[in-house]
Amino acid sequence: MTDPITPDIFNHLVALAALELDEKEAEYIRRQLNNQLKAIRELEAIPLDAEAEITLHGVRFSPQISQPPRADVWQPYPAPEEILGQVPEVEERLVVVPDIPHTTLE
Amino acid sequence: MELCDLSALELRNLLRRKEVSAVEVLDAHLRRIDAVDGRPGTLDSAPLTDEDRRKVHALITRTDARARAQAEAVDRRLAAGEDPGPLAGIPVTVKDIFCVKGTPSTAASRILASFTAPYTATPVERMEAAGAVMIGKVNLDEFTYGSSNESSAFQPAPRNPWNPERVPGGSSGGSAASVAAGEAPLSLGTDTAGSIRQPAAFCGVVGMKPTYGRVSRYGLIAFASSLDCPGPLARSSADAALMLQAIAGPDPRDATSAAVPVPDYLAELEKGVKGMRIGLSPDYFQLTFPDPQTGEIRQQALPEEMRAAVLHAAEVLAGMGAEIIEDVPMPATRYGIPAYFVISRVEAASNLHRYDGVKYGYRTRRKPADLRDLYRKTRAEGFGPQPKLRILMGMYVSAAQYSEQYYNRALKVRAMIRNDFDRAFDPSGKYRLNALLTPTTPTTAFEMDAVYGDSVLMQYADQLTVPANHAGVPGISLPGGIAADGLPVGIQLLGPDFSEAELLRIGRAFEVGTAGEAWRQVKPLVLRER
Repeated sequence: MTDPITPDIFNHLVALAALELDEKEAEYIRRQLNNQLKAIRELEAIPLDAEAEITLHGVRFSPQISQPPRADVWQPYPAPEEILGQVPEVEERLVVVPDIPHTTLE
Repeated sequence: MELCDLSALELRNLLRRKEVSAVEVLDAHLRRIDAVDGRPGTLDSAPLTDEDRRKVHALITRTDARARAQAEAVDRRLAAGEDPGPLAGIPVTVKDIFCVKGTPSTAASRILASFTAPYTATPVERMEAAGAVMIGKVNLDEFTYGSSNESSAFQPAPRNPWNPERVPGGSSGGSAASVAAGEAPLSLGTDTAGSIRQPAAFCGVVGMKPTYGRVSRYGLIAFASSLDCPGPLARSSADAALMLQAIAGPDPRDATSAAVPVPDYLAELEKGVKGMRIGLSPDYFQLTFPDPQTGEIRQQALPEEMRAAVLHAAEVLAGMGAEIIEDVPMPATRYGIPAYFVISRVEAASNLHRYDGVKYGYRTRRKPADLRDLYRKTRAEGFGPQPKLRILMGMYVSAAQYSEQYYNRALKVRAMIRNDFDRAFDPSGKYRLNALLTPTTPTTAFEMDAVYGDSVLMQYADQLTVPANHAGVPGISLPGGIAADGLPVGIQLLGPDFSEAELLRIGRAFEVGTAGEAWRQVKPLVLRER
């Protein structure tokens, strides 16, 4: 049987995911993805409960146990230098990145 | 008996009676770490030596100075006659997936190796406010993606204190190993598919996954946001109760933390199991595994030793007055892993997009052609194979042409799994269970290198724990015996939403009921040789 995730589909996914893989790594990961799909395909044979309701997570949060939204109030961060200190390249408190590729919208 | 072999509650009593100081307690634990832990996990680590193969390697980062300052503060408060808090002077380890201000918070990944957290996760903040002494950050699978700890970018990976040739489980393997080896009586872990309960079972300790929303996720580096649950690992149900008391409760900084009052877990603990209804399900005595040749999914019976441990626990609890309800149907159990493969990957892919070499963490040292090239090179070098697998699968199954077939279907299957639990726990239904008793894992701890690399087989190690994550219900793994291979066997209790007090109470009853059994006296190998 042909693998559902072909080299072409795989390469497309790798590009979308902003990854680069060497040949050995790509071969291993593509094989694992196709093996995982065999397990995932079990889902297709499950007789679904028509009344099953999709939820954000298992526990149903009623309004009584849900947190109220926080007030939308701007708060200054107490130590912005600590945040800037984590940035790999910074110049005059601005984050430095390489050129941003230009795209012309049609 | 050394101080580091005592329970958190015993230490608390000694400290309050001023029979020991917090600094003495800390020093005992640091000496134990020096004796059994070996070199900490690092990037680009030297090859394993024979010495490494005998050590535990639970820690990535030791925080000795922070711990000493905290212990001295506790001693000062005790000397002044002040209440130093419910966890005062108790050493804890923290899975390195939690941000702790001023400490490296790595997620065991190269991409975050240089990241120092600018704020502290709520559960850690609450433990420290309660007087806990944080002695270090412990290793895990990279970004929590695994069930053995072998995928950590920080090697040597943790090893099982009961037999260092075996894995400690994962992803909270460093947490479980540190508690089993007496490096700390308590550790903070996380559970997305069984990542607290499975390593707890493998390392012979207690591990609790609370109800989704019971403990805040603020400051937890996210894997699958609809499934992640922080929770305690300890050597007894009472210690787990003590720690859960400190970390549970709503948090305005986490919208998914539930506004549900936190009961007094310790006060409930000794109430026994008389009249409680505890269920057994045939669906938890069946295993599903991929065929090693064809990869096709097959069903097989649970190994006899694992089954016997659960039945023995049922017998003990029945002898203490619980009513055992057999043949509780949980038919969607077998679909837990396929649904998890989809839901967790979609959420992981989304959560991993933020790591790009721009704002924090690793940035490639190669010269990029442009911004997109910077992303590609940084992510290629910074992520190990497990995050890459999850990103790619998450993108594939959520693509527009497949999302109905996979993602939406998986969400409906999650609801079916939840319905199984609702039927079992319905107070006016046929079964009316207080808890479901199951094995925690299909096997005891497997050998290092035996499964790692086979991402499907590794995932099926979580098949008996993952349904509780889909359903959001709480679960606890308890040591339930020692198998013929000399390794611990875990038993699991699952309960209705926010029933942690009852699960801990059953756990405590089981510990009392089996206190005299011979296996309770057996110690982990790394402690026997001392």
